[in-house]
Amino acid sequence: MLSLIFIILASIFFTGIISRTKSISSGRKGPGVLQPIFDVIRLFKKGAVYSHTTSFVFRIAPTIYFASVFMAILVVPFGHSQGIISFSGDFIFFAYILGIGKFFNIIAAMDTGSSFEGMGASREALYSMLAEPAFFLVMGSLGLITGHSSFHEIYTSLHLGSSITYSIATLAAFVLLMIAMIENSRMPIDDPKTHLELTMIHEVMILDNSGFDLGLILTAGYLKFAMYSALIFNLFVGTISYEYAIPLFFATQFAMAVLIGIIESFMARTRMNHNAQIIVVLSSVSLLIFFGALLISEKFI
Amino acid sequence: MLLINSLLITVGIAFLIIPIIKLKAQAVVVFATTLLVAIVSSIPAIKSLTGESLQIILQGNPIFGDIPLKMDALSGWFVLLINFTFITGCIYGIYYMRSYQEQRNNLSLHAINFIILHVSIVSLCVIQNSLLFLIAWELMALSAFLSLIFDHNKQSTIKAGLNYLIQSHVSIIFLMIGFIWVAVQTGSYDFAAIRAYSFTHSEAISTVIFLLFFTGFAIKAGFVPFHTWLPYAHPAAPSHISGIMSGVLIKIGIYGILRMLLILHINYTTIGIFILSVSIISGLYGVMLAILQHNLKKLLAYHSIENIGIIGIGIGAGCIGLGTNIQILSVMGFSGALLHTLNHSLFKSLLFYAAGNVYQATHSLDIEKLGGLVKKMPQTTILFLIAALAISGLPPFNGFISEFLIYSGFINSFNGVGIFNLVWILLSIIALVLIGGLALMCFTKAFGVVFLGNSRSEFSTEITERPFLQLLPMYMISIFIIFIGLYPQLFLNILSMPVALFHINGRLPILEISTSQIAILNSVSYGSWGFIVVILLIFLIRRQITNKKQVVVASTWGCGYNAPIHKAQYTASSFVKNYSLLLGPFFLIHKKQKNVVGIFPAESNFETHPYDKLEKWLIDIPISRFTSFLDQFRFFQNGKLQFYILYGIVFISLIVSIPFVYRYLLVLLNFLKNL
Repeated sequence: MLSLIFIILASIFFTGIISRTKSISSGRKGPGVLQPIFDVIRLFKKGAVYSHTTSFVFRIAPTIYFASVFMAILVVPFGHSQGIISFSGDFIFFAYILGIGKFFNIIAAMDTGSSFEGMGASREALYSMLAEPAFFLVMGSLGLITGHSSFHEIYTSLHLGSSITYSIATLAAFVLLMIAMIENSRMPIDDPKTHLELTMIHEVMILDNSGFDLGLILTAGYLKFAMYSALIFNLFVGTISYEYAIPLFFATQFAMAVLIGIIESFMARTRMNHNAQIIVVLSSVSLLIFFGALLISEKFI
Repeated sequence: MLLINSLLITVGIAFLIIPIIKLKAQAVVVFATTLLVAIVSSIPAIKSLTGESLQIILQGNPIFGDIPLKMDALSGWFVLLINFTFITGCIYGIYYMRSYQEQRNNLSLHAINFIILHVSIVSLCVIQNSLLFLIAWELMALSAFLSLIFDHNKQSTIKAGLNYLIQSHVSIIFLMIGFIWVAVQTGSYDFAAIRAYSFTHSEAISTVIFLLFFTGFAIKAGFVPFHTWLPYAHPAAPSHISGIMSGVLIKIGIYGILRMLLILHINYTTIGIFILSVSIISGLYGVMLAILQHNLKKLLAYHSIENIGIIGIGIGAGCIGLGTNIQILSVMGFSGALLHTLNHSLFKSLLFYAAGNVYQATHSLDIEKLGGLVKKMPQTTILFLIAALAISGLPPFNGFISEFLIYSGFINSFNGVGIFNLVWILLSIIALVLIGGLALMCFTKAFGVVFLGNSRSEFSTEITERPFLQLLPMYMISIFIIFIGLYPQLFLNILSMPVALFHINGRLPILEISTSQIAILNSVSYGSWGFIVVILLIFLIRRQITNKKQVVVASTWGCGYNAPIHKAQYTASSFVKNYSLLLGPFFLIHKKQKNVVGIFPAESNFETHPYDKLEKWLIDIPISRFTSFLDQFRFFQNGKLQFYILYGIVFISLIVSIPFVYRYLLVLLNFLKNL
């Protein structure tokens, strides 16, 4: 229960901090930190424009996408307290329920009958597929080290002692951060500020949405950011008591947002042909994590 | 005994009256016979799943020996899923075949073949005598072949059917070698004799026998590299037969492999790793090639290969669990494999029936020509969507449950295994993840391009939705799919009986599906229900908020250019272009293009046809080499009668003289030895 409340609280500020950081590093003052929330509230008050090519799929897809992100948050623990849903193998449920959200996003984009959205859908399908093995490798390695298989148990029994465990935790944080960037279509995979449809991946899939549906999609995006940062937070801070954990959580979210803002300001988007290579690199890093896990569990001498 | 007799009499009567009665009565007779066979075989099947397995011994004759018919929990599970798919296939087929009404004789033959197919497949699950098993297997292959080539006016259908028939006979050769080897050594055709033989001889011999059987069954199941008949046979058949072939026929191969695992005494860990490696390759190769296809049914056929790979990964996991004595791995592996067998028969048959609807409405299966069918055929769209979500393994549907069981077995067994097995487990997990992601890409393409957007070409006939009774079996299947997804604990309990058989055979402690494993599935079930509840909640909130707001219908955003032609939509090949460029070396794509020459606009075109590299290397090239070798001897067939008479005389004189020559040689050798 705690994780749900805190993630929702953190998501309110997360994207705002990212855009504020980007603005400050380019010498501007930038919009307020709560601007994304004001945007969403404005969208919720608006009516909608639907295309006559679309069908019921286009109308139900944003709802299902938001629901899938919400269910995924219910699985994420917060320090000592487990998520509302917690069982052995729940990270598999986490990955696949995010998958059904992606499925509906992609078919909603195909529903519009526009070549822009079809292009975005095709890219999104490929890149999200390539990013999956990295996540499973990371969770599998952590499960191998700790001997457990649910988010909560893995995080609470991960004792960071030796140098190998610290390096594994750092690499895992790196992989999770990159997965968060890919899933939320940020640099260096996708530029959220580009205006050219030919270069968009996620932005172009939601080009035809408007009103309440667009508000739902944006909110889901903010929630996903906070969710992945919570996963990274749990990696390092699994067993600290609440009075330290709560401020540390918000500090971590703030630090993650600033870090993402800085990465976005100082890095250009890579060529579309190289995107697939970058995502496969993630899987290689995860393999390193797996070998580290084998070393720790003394299976591989 | 009485049941079997009455069943055979009813089937015999059906054969006699089908050719002579009217079409509507024919349909009723076929349906009634199918239903009767299903009910008669399902009653002992249900009993065996709750603990009482049934065994009858028919008095044999000197050729066969005694014929035991045994229905244990494993047979029971397969019989139930076979019967369900046959009933839905029968109802769908009756309405599908309405459009071929004028081909009376062809239809009668087809109906009789359907009944023979049903009876032979069900009997394969209970027969425990090698000779009768082979006879039933051959009956099944022949009746499937005849059902396949219903549309025999088309050259491609006959070729596909012959391809299937030849490969089916290659599979029966392997089975025959295995069965007859044991029969010659032990003198009995009973399966129990195979078991006794395997236990008294060395493990190496048992492994060789298992590999022979595995090859035979793998050709039928469609494991790579024996899969080349599948992508031709399934598109060529009428849709209800495709659904049945994909849902049931290839599962008999899986049944055979599982039965042999129960009978033979082999090193489970080694065999498990072997099955795992073949399955990983099948799963990945199947889905990788499925993405490129632009014939809807061929795409679904390649997906069958992928799902057989997933079932094989489960079986391999179970075997490794038996070998290394890790109970959670063996329980979850076999349960996942058996549940996926049921799940695959459900959603694959649903997909083929939906493809049949599309074909009947538009007379085209080319994805690149379809589009926008959701407006005219909404029910088919929803049913295809449910099946597409299920086959991609997404919660809250049944595909997720079986994949989750296999994953669960893997991740809970990390601690007990050595490093060699751990690497295999990791490879399997990555393979499953990639297969899931690729399946998602493939089905978003198939569903999105065929049903959504605008139509990419004009059709001469009016596109209408199918009548309700044709859609009824599809609704039945989708309700079952959703039920398994939301109540998985029930099925894990039912599966405890078949999985326990493996443990008894492996001489492991008696299995109990522990409460913790059921509790995990309870949580998954709560998660799925929670997902549905959250969706409904958000819908309600959305309706409340947007009720009073203005909704305008306009055209799709076109960046200022709002008069697009429908051909400018993203095509299926474009959708997978990134992917096919990335994984280029695995594929063989025939391209035909005509470029624009000069500075003025002119006509140009571009065509791609995906082909199968393994088929080219394993089938086409060896056959062409062999044929060119045989071409050297073509001069023998020169058409002159005198030469043929000469050949006859040479043959007869050889037959007569060789024994004499042999005897003289022996005398000569004896003489030389005595010197």
